[in-house]
Amino acid sequence: MPILDVQNLRVRFETHHGVVRAVDGVSFSLEEGETLGLVGESGSGKSVTNLALMGLIPSPPGVVEADAMRFEDRDLLGLSDAELRSVRGNEISMIFQDPMTSLNPLLTVGRQLTEVLEVHERVSRREARRRAAAGLGDVGIPEPERRLDQYPHELSGGMRQRVMIAMGLLCRPKILLADEPTTALDVTIQAQILELMQKLQHEYGTAILLVTHDLGVVAGMSDRVNVMYAGRLAETAGAIELFDDPRHPYTRGLLGSVPRLSGDTDADLDSIMGSPPDLADLPAGCAFRPRCTFETERCAAEAPPLFDLGGGRSSACLERDALGQHHGGAQ
Amino acid sequence: MSAPLLEVQDLHKHFEVGSPGLFGGQREVLRAVDGVSFELARGETLGLVGESGCGKSTCARTLVGLYPPTSGRVMYEGEEISNLSHRDRAPFRRKIQMIFQDPYASLDPRQTVSSILTEPLRIHRLARPRERRLRAMQLLDAVGLNPRHIHRFPHEFSGGQRQRIGIARALALEPDLIICDEPVSALDVSIQAQVVNLLGELQERFDLAYLFIAHDLAVVRHICDRVAVMYLGKVVEIAERDALFDDPRHPYTRALLSAVPHPDPRIERGRQRIVLEGDVPSPLNPPTGCRFHPRCVERGNVAGDRCETTEPALGSRSACHLEAEV
Repeated sequence: MPILDVQNLRVRFETHHGVVRAVDGVSFSLEEGETLGLVGESGSGKSVTNLALMGLIPSPPGVVEADAMRFEDRDLLGLSDAELRSVRGNEISMIFQDPMTSLNPLLTVGRQLTEVLEVHERVSRREARRRAAAGLGDVGIPEPERRLDQYPHELSGGMRQRVMIAMGLLCRPKILLADEPTTALDVTIQAQILELMQKLQHEYGTAILLVTHDLGVVAGMSDRVNVMYAGRLAETAGAIELFDDPRHPYTRGLLGSVPRLSGDTDADLDSIMGSPPDLADLPAGCAFRPRCTFETERCAAEAPPLFDLGGGRSSACLERDALGQHHGGAQ
Repeated sequence: MSAPLLEVQDLHKHFEVGSPGLFGGQREVLRAVDGVSFELARGETLGLVGESGCGKSTCARTLVGLYPPTSGRVMYEGEEISNLSHRDRAPFRRKIQMIFQDPYASLDPRQTVSSILTEPLRIHRLARPRERRLRAMQLLDAVGLNPRHIHRFPHEFSGGQRQRIGIARALALEPDLIICDEPVSALDVSIQAQVVNLLGELQERFDLAYLFIAHDLAVVRHICDRVAVMYLGKVVEIAERDALFDDPRHPYTRALLSAVPHPDPRIERGRQRIVLEGDVPSPLNPPTGCRFHPRCVERGNVAGDRCETTEPALGSRSACHLEAEV
């Protein structure tokens, strides 16, 4: 049984400019110990999906609905605020992109870490402090005892992000929701943090939902990948299959858009034309249609559902078979 | 041989930081750029890469004259421009333009596109007023925007389109050199690819040289002819693009390249990374000797304590004691 099972998640915001459907019918599940990558560009709904799982969508203007949002045997949507608080930061925790705005600048690192333990596990102050220091040590922070008494501004960006990760992992969560955990960091620090997340996942069996726009990070970290576009799933597949043989024109476009460290450099990048649509004013039919090179008349008629392709793969494209053949020769 | 388009000689930019205390305490000196030299030929693209705080942006701002250099020289076609007065510098300002990272912050939200694009022409007294508008429309067309949108304001455009407006503004004065400071790092990948392609196309069309500052090494590899790698205010390696990416010589370049994740799960899962320990040290108090030595994994291969005591010079290619030993 998956540890997390989400069916038909919908999140909409009622704004002055109309209703924005940030997430529009997304279903996925997460198994114990696995990493699921959630990829897409700004506005694709990936971060909103994460926030909805944590019950962090402000209402109003946000409205969250789903046919099911099950964590183990509990329904996350049916939990009271108090029950949700006991899950959040404890059994499901979250790492945000920007550690500068998500750590409290007025509290020492130690206070922020021990608070988590005192709230969720009711341990003594002394015990909480001991475990907080151990947690900092686990994420590779030197002199953890001294760091506990420092404030966030006294730490470098990489150090702060490690504090965030330590905080996220203090209660040994079953699920870690990581939203662009390394985007604000330099590559050498990113490499340290990713390695650390994998090591801790290995030790504790934590399932990770990794939200990122960086296809390199996804390739290295994920077992499976969900690609989102304009609030819906465009494609889901195992990581290797997705990168080898994408079955949605958007995934193909994304893979063609990234420059690489090996291979041809003289050709132009295969960029995707146009820009992502306005979520308050989506085109009829498939939302990707105006930017798609495989478009046919059928695409304008209705938004394609997610078709099961077998082998754990699916694609929301009417031309998915043509796409597969088109790509067939490549390895 | 004619002089290169741009030549930077031993450029330093230091900032005094902190306030002197009540009893006249010492102000500290932050060595943001600490002896950088390179050349750039007409039509060429030189990449300047390195992590946050390595001094790459300060270097760019100093050589366009936004900061006065602490010492060193900037030569444009053999003529020194770093010591010129604001007024004498005007013709050179026309020839060297800049594109910034944040397309939201670098355009005045209260000006129309027309006003943004004609302002440089007005300041430099180029073209007659009525021709300026036509020129602005041609510029929009050149960067792939609709010339009829000339009366719109920046907020009516997406991030990628705004970056195109920034590029059009840089092109307005027909420069020889454009300094691109992280021009695509704020953009989504699909839009980033469009802008990278556009920069390549414009370079060919207008014979532009670029100094391309970025932290994304894959983008740099795609767009640059040569690449300089900076660490703590110094260039540690400079080489032709393929030489640098296929055979990096400086241990820092090697670590930097190995840290970049490849968008390919097969490569990612199989490979060994050089994971550097710790953070970049503070430029207020850089390490003695080689600035990279506290994080260097190859230090053990250099005999004695030279890495700790002697600063390696930038030889034909890299600034490392190992290079000198081979």
